[in-house]
Amino acid sequence: MSDHSQLPPRFRAPSALTWVVVVGFAAFFIQGVIASDISFDRLMRGANNLVRFVGQAVPPDFTRMPNIADAMLETMNIAIVGVTFGCLFSIPLAILAARNTAPTMLVRTIARFVISVARTIPDLIWALIFVVTVGLGPLAGILAIIMDTIGFAARFYSERFEEVQKGPAEALTATGAGRLSVIFGAILPESFASITATSLFSVEKAIRSAVTLGLVGAGGIGVELSTAMRLFRYDQAAAIILVILVVVIGFEQLSSMIRKRII
Amino acid sequence: MTHAIEADRLVVSYGNLQVLRGISFTVPAGQGVVLLGANGCGKSTLMRSLNGLEKLQSGTIRIHGDTLSGAGRRDLRKIRQSMGYVFQHFNLVPQLNAFQNVLLGSLGRQRFGLLSCLSLTASAADRAKAMHCLDRVGMADRALHRPSELSGGQQQRVAIARMLMQDPRVVIADEPIASLDPKAGREVLDLLWRIVTEEKLSMLCTLHQLELAQEYGDRILGMKAGRVEIDAPIAETDTAQLNALYTGMTRVDAQPTEAAA
Repeated sequence: MSDHSQLPPRFRAPSALTWVVVVGFAAFFIQGVIASDISFDRLMRGANNLVRFVGQAVPPDFTRMPNIADAMLETMNIAIVGVTFGCLFSIPLAILAARNTAPTMLVRTIARFVISVARTIPDLIWALIFVVTVGLGPLAGILAIIMDTIGFAARFYSERFEEVQKGPAEALTATGAGRLSVIFGAILPESFASITATSLFSVEKAIRSAVTLGLVGAGGIGVELSTAMRLFRYDQAAAIILVILVVVIGFEQLSSMIRKRII
Repeated sequence: MTHAIEADRLVVSYGNLQVLRGISFTVPAGQGVVLLGANGCGKSTLMRSLNGLEKLQSGTIRIHGDTLSGAGRRDLRKIRQSMGYVFQHFNLVPQLNAFQNVLLGSLGRQRFGLLSCLSLTASAADRAKAMHCLDRVGMADRALHRPSELSGGQQQRVAIARMLMQDPRVVIADEPIASLDPKAGREVLDLLWRIVTEEKLSMLCTLHQLELAQEYGDRILGMKAGRVEIDAPIAETDTAQLNALYTGMTRVDAQPTEAAA
């Protein structure tokens, strides 16, 4: 009984910072629950409406299939064209942004800033911006996908560049090669597998976001979907959602198959 | 006659740690010099600074009379072109096959850099030369293999072929056989030395095996704690003297204050 003082305490008071964070979070959470007016009554009514929606959506109406297929094709066009340009622009940006390939600190800071701006602004907001600047239609969607892809791909490319082993690049430098030759002769080949995987992942991401871009008028299947919803043609909407589901899942399967082959 | 390598009072520091503490030596053209020294005595730093991969604090390096220290980017590249470098870890680009790796050896002298070094775009003469280099190191039948499909000794042969492709006048070999087993190591060293002799190149080569150093080298350069301790023709050195390089204060980071003494 003499060693009491050495026993660890059962409870240690949390630090002041922990208190502030916990209390702040709790307050914000409770305020959020109250503000969003969650009540049992509303949830019940919502469930009823959901059943009615599903009732009207089944069976899906595929009579407008040609239009849906057209719009889906446009969505895929937006995704593929946007992601291709996005990935192409990402490579030089990533080279400027990676520690071991950037020409100067200033350029690196600027490149990283551009990339993080492209990433922080969500794709729908890019779409809104481009709808205002280039007008409604697929071009706005393509530009939005390009920005979205740059934010994602350029960051991962540049992180990969920073991870490559120094040896091969040093060996080429020692032959008297210029900077660009070293980058494209040693650093890029070493990152190639990872770049391909990231690019394929960007394609999957782009297809998913291209679907929603139509909601703000940037072309593609989203336009059809929002029209059907607004006209209360839930059966048509269901058909569109099914087509989206099939295409997106198909694309993800295809790209993960390719990725497994490469890595 | 100008020397292949002339180093005069080289000093290199990392922060407060002085790694090279006033190193002076020369490598006459056509001579094969073996550099000996314990781990951490500054050998690698010296080798790297000879190629401009490490910055000098003071001192001068001349390669065939051209001053390397303070050279502009273009001059530096020109000096590097004349200097082949063989690394301990081969440093081949892992994603490219042996043939393409060898072609990259000519990067320095191509006007359009990489654009004229790819297997697809290289001139017929360069392609034939690369194949010839692979043939000289006995790797012609492995031209389309990637480094991961080759053994360590074979990878170092490909690296030597890349060095040959470069047409150097001086060769720097930084522990070229340290990651190989004794048999493969001896084969690679045989090959390297034969090529250097045949091409009448000058070489500075670090080794860890005293008997190999005595067998191959024309001259021995012994380093200890950032200084040159031995600089003598092979016949004038004895094993006890060489062994002394590996005892006592060998490392540069053993006692940094010693530098002032």
